[in-house]
Amino acid sequence: MADPMRIRAVAKDGAVIVKILMSHEMETGQRKDGAGKAIPAHFIQQVSATWQGKVVLSATWGTAISKNPFLEFSFKGGQKGEKIQVTWTDNKGDKRTDEATIN
Amino acid sequence: MNQTRRNVLKAGGGASLFALLAGTGMMLPDAAFAADWNQKAFEAKNLKDAFDALGAGSRLNSADIVMTAPEIAENGAVVPIGAVSKLPGTESISILVANNPTALAASFDIPAGTEPAVSTRIKLAETSEVHVLVKAQGKYYVTKKEIKVTIGGCGG
Repeated sequence: MADPMRIRAVAKDGAVIVKILMSHEMETGQRKDGAGKAIPAHFIQQVSATWQGKVVLSATWGTAISKNPFLEFSFKGGQKGEKIQVTWTDNKGDKRTDEATIN
Repeated sequence: MNQTRRNVLKAGGGASLFALLAGTGMMLPDAAFAADWNQKAFEAKNLKDAFDALGAGSRLNSADIVMTAPEIAENGAVVPIGAVSKLPGTESISILVANNPTALAASFDIPAGTEPAVSTRIKLAETSEVHVLVKAQGKYYVTKKEIKVTIGGCGG
């Protein structure tokens, strides 16, 4: 349902820098539509990144993360050619996992 | 004394194996989500309630947390925030916005081997203090910065 994430993972000086761009509305639940009806909240609540089966970052988010969320972090130990997986889950139970190869 | 220790080890053996397996994520495929979504913290309407719900009722101001954020945000919907902790043993980094309808924006768990540094983009409802809360070696530290949100989109 949701569009794939764009993930860039670059190995540099013994660490891997990961940049993730997710495709999600991140609706806060505060806005109203044209008819004055509240638009229900719809947002990513949990994000987790794994490398070699190890969680390298886990995050919990509220509604204040911007639409189409961006996230950058880095971890030690990854090598070129290895894979990292990123998964998000939103408050409606939608889930998406994407994989990227470390460059 | 030794006898007591033996008994404890015996009794604890089964439980610790379970904990070990659960800890390595072998038992639950979804164990990757180590961090539960803290409903109470995310629904807190103000800073104090959010800090309390995070267990950070008492916290120290720290110059070892560096927040990268603009002084003025032309668009409150997309405000880049970077947070770096120089505190040894950083376990988590949280971002809170004082004047948003709900204060807590995000919490990041930092496992060993991951740099205590994250960047993301957040929404600000209006000009507000933004706080970065770091948990390090079981204690809480905080730094803050005011970000002005300009209204009207003129970039004033």
